[in-house]
Amino acid sequence: MKAYVGIDLGSTTTKAVVLDGEGNMLGRGITNSRSNYTVACDVALSEALISARFGLIAGELDRSGLDDTARSAALCALDRLFRKHQYLAQLRVFAEIARRIIGSDLLARDYRGVLDEILVAMEAETSDLYAPGASRKSDFFRDLAGSRYLSFAEGSARSKRVAFDRLVGLFDKTILEVENVSAGDGAFEAHAKAAYGDFEEAPAALGVALRRASAVPLEVAASVGTGYGRQTLPFPKEQIRSEILCHGLGAHAMFKSTRTVLDIGGQDTKAIQVDGDGIVTSFQMNDRCAAGCGRYLGYIADEMNLGLHELGPMAAASTRPVRINSTCTVFAGAELRERLSLGEKREDILAGLHRAIILRAMSLLARSGGIGNEFTFTGGVAKNPAAVAALGGLVRENYGDLTMNISPNSIYTGALGAALFARRDAQRAAA
Amino acid sequence: MPRSDETPATALKDDSQLQQKTMIAEHYRRLARVALTGEKNVYTFVPGNLTELLRSFDLLPVLPEINALQSAMRGKSRDYIAIAEKLGHSEDVCTYVKCDLGMMKSGNVGPTGEPLPKPDLLLLSYTGCFTFMKWFEILKAEYDCPVAMLHVPYQADGRVTESMRSYVVKQIREELIPTLERISGRRYDEDRLKELLRNSARAEDDLVFVLESAKHRPSPIDAYFGGVYYIGPIFTAFRGTEGAVAYYRALRREVEERLAQGLGPVTPDGELKNERFRIVVEGPPNWTSFHAFWRMFADAGAVVVASSYTKVGGVYDTGFRHDAEHPIETLADYCMGCYTNLGLPARVAMLTRYVEEYRADGLLVHSIKSCNSFSAGQLMILREVELRTGRPCGFIESDLVDPRYFSAANIKNRLESYFQMIEQKRAGGVS
Repeated sequence: MKAYVGIDLGSTTTKAVVLDGEGNMLGRGITNSRSNYTVACDVALSEALISARFGLIAGELDRSGLDDTARSAALCALDRLFRKHQYLAQLRVFAEIARRIIGSDLLARDYRGVLDEILVAMEAETSDLYAPGASRKSDFFRDLAGSRYLSFAEGSARSKRVAFDRLVGLFDKTILEVENVSAGDGAFEAHAKAAYGDFEEAPAALGVALRRASAVPLEVAASVGTGYGRQTLPFPKEQIRSEILCHGLGAHAMFKSTRTVLDIGGQDTKAIQVDGDGIVTSFQMNDRCAAGCGRYLGYIADEMNLGLHELGPMAAASTRPVRINSTCTVFAGAELRERLSLGEKREDILAGLHRAIILRAMSLLARSGGIGNEFTFTGGVAKNPAAVAALGGLVRENYGDLTMNISPNSIYTGALGAALFARRDAQRAAA
Repeated sequence: MPRSDETPATALKDDSQLQQKTMIAEHYRRLARVALTGEKNVYTFVPGNLTELLRSFDLLPVLPEINALQSAMRGKSRDYIAIAEKLGHSEDVCTYVKCDLGMMKSGNVGPTGEPLPKPDLLLLSYTGCFTFMKWFEILKAEYDCPVAMLHVPYQADGRVTESMRSYVVKQIREELIPTLERISGRRYDEDRLKELLRNSARAEDDLVFVLESAKHRPSPIDAYFGGVYYIGPIFTAFRGTEGAVAYYRALRREVEERLAQGLGPVTPDGELKNERFRIVVEGPPNWTSFHAFWRMFADAGAVVVASSYTKVGGVYDTGFRHDAEHPIETLADYCMGCYTNLGLPARVAMLTRYVEEYRADGLLVHSIKSCNSFSAGQLMILREVELRTGRPCGFIESDLVDPRYFSAANIKNRLESYFQMIEQKRAGGVS
């Protein structure tokens, strides 16, 4: 089967989308961006191909006559167990690298036993982490393994009287290397097989579906890269597209009537106008300064010792939003502490901060030519309920009642546009 | 206009360029020797400059704006600006001003390495830029020298009325000429002025030919990056001189030759062979990264076929020529006719005409952070031109001579997006 790949190398995450010859989405994958862009792309793509295989398995199960409940239970369990084996494989790489690093450090002799203890504990709890119904903070290895490692390290540091900071430093060094190792070919088959083996009683149809889906050759026929790091992608120049075009086209593919797209990413905000075919007619991006972009929220989350995904829900609980003017990421920290010292509630301050970044986006939208109907909001910040609420309110206030689209997959908009370009380029070249 | 110590990256590596270099070098040498020769000099600005009148009194013009941009091209503006900021000038003040003040405080050494003389007169013959007035207020305080100022009415309705003309003529006759007589110690000589004006008109004819050569496909010149070199002599100290006449004659011949051979413009990396995009640019260039900025266009195969910046010292392509038969009236018309003195509707009409007559793919606005007189209204201009021509318009932002505001990666990103947007529009999008 021919696959058309779009990769969006963003400042925070790298996304990949795989389409079939008809433009249907086969799969999508995401990973955190890292210093080695090639590996980030490899990981995102291999995640997308894994998700494509899962799609194929689902298709096979559809045809197998398995009832809906059994089908979705089987798929869910397979996915969960697959992730567990993927995590275990990465954990082994992590252990090997951490042991090597500590082994070459003569001064860290006292820490070797502690490290072993942490690694053993991490491996031992894997099944619980991926038990049915268990919730995980993130599925990125860095985040999940990081939070588990630090939690065990804290305990060990206390009981074994070693410095916690050194254990943290070891993690930081190790994870950098781990993230720059690709999983390699054949990882899907190996993990899927192991996952299948973990079933106590797997439906026969699942085995057949797995075999058939694994046997489908997924041939990457064309790729297009986009995003902030696109110049460094291992693609020829003609396979690189601006993220403006990709977001415009991706938003059009998701919502056909889109006329205006707002994308708030990690380090830039884009206001894009598109015509009825998804062709960009005008755009504006933040210039000279990245104030009010996604990183702003990341910084605030760090300042408040919260996870990024916790910000939106907390802000949404505000009853009396505080007025905040500064969208400078660095100043925001000072503003935050000042407000807290004045006794303002965290919820209200957060709501004010969300409104501040949306006000900046509104100005960019105005500069790009206003908001047309329909209006599509994309990028990581579109997942944040408080940002969405603030935007919705301001759009209504300034432009009246418009349809505002947000796809649950909005983070993949740029990668989807890139994949559509890849498909079009390949088909044009063949014609 | 600019003279850079970098490898000359202009289309004029031949006779005309050498002539221009010699002309500039001689001029600065003369300025450096005024203590010996007793020659008098006048500091003045490019828009609305009265070079012929000054030269008719044997006064030597000095143009602080040109010194500032040349300091930027020689990599000195960062330090000069820092000196001015240390003196208390805010970060938001026009960077030409700060660069000039920094240069003055560092010994007032001009672009050729020779010191510039103190002004015998500060002549402000264009009041459309409020900063110019403030700039000379500062210089007056520094040098304690006389100031002559013409009040030049703004062309709000896009035309010069008889009363506007007689208002400026009266000021020239009754205030400026007596001042120049006093400073120079010479009587006003109208025959001499007429002779200089006749020379101006001759050079102006040739300049218009050169600029309009860009209507051809491929364009033999770049009318922005190359254009700033072409406008040098006529916008600055040399209009009306025999040297300028000879320069423009030589330049015209060279361009005629390129036209005959069907050659494209010469860029920092040689001749541009494949003209892919024809762009009209509004706004001055960035001088601190002039060649890097040019390369971003050249690498994409983009040629600027017309620009508003090459009209700041006179809009000749709509028919204005210095008219020796009406010497004072023509000077009055010239003062009122520079590009930034035109009302916004006239600027929109001019840029729309450029996009159409030069068969351009679109308009790109390069907005200058610290220049209100150029930048105010540019978003409206962009929207209007977009609406009237139906062609894609783009917007980027940096600064004149403050290197801190030229973010190469971001500007490149936006330019690429803009060029790809044009390409996508041409291709008719993705169906």
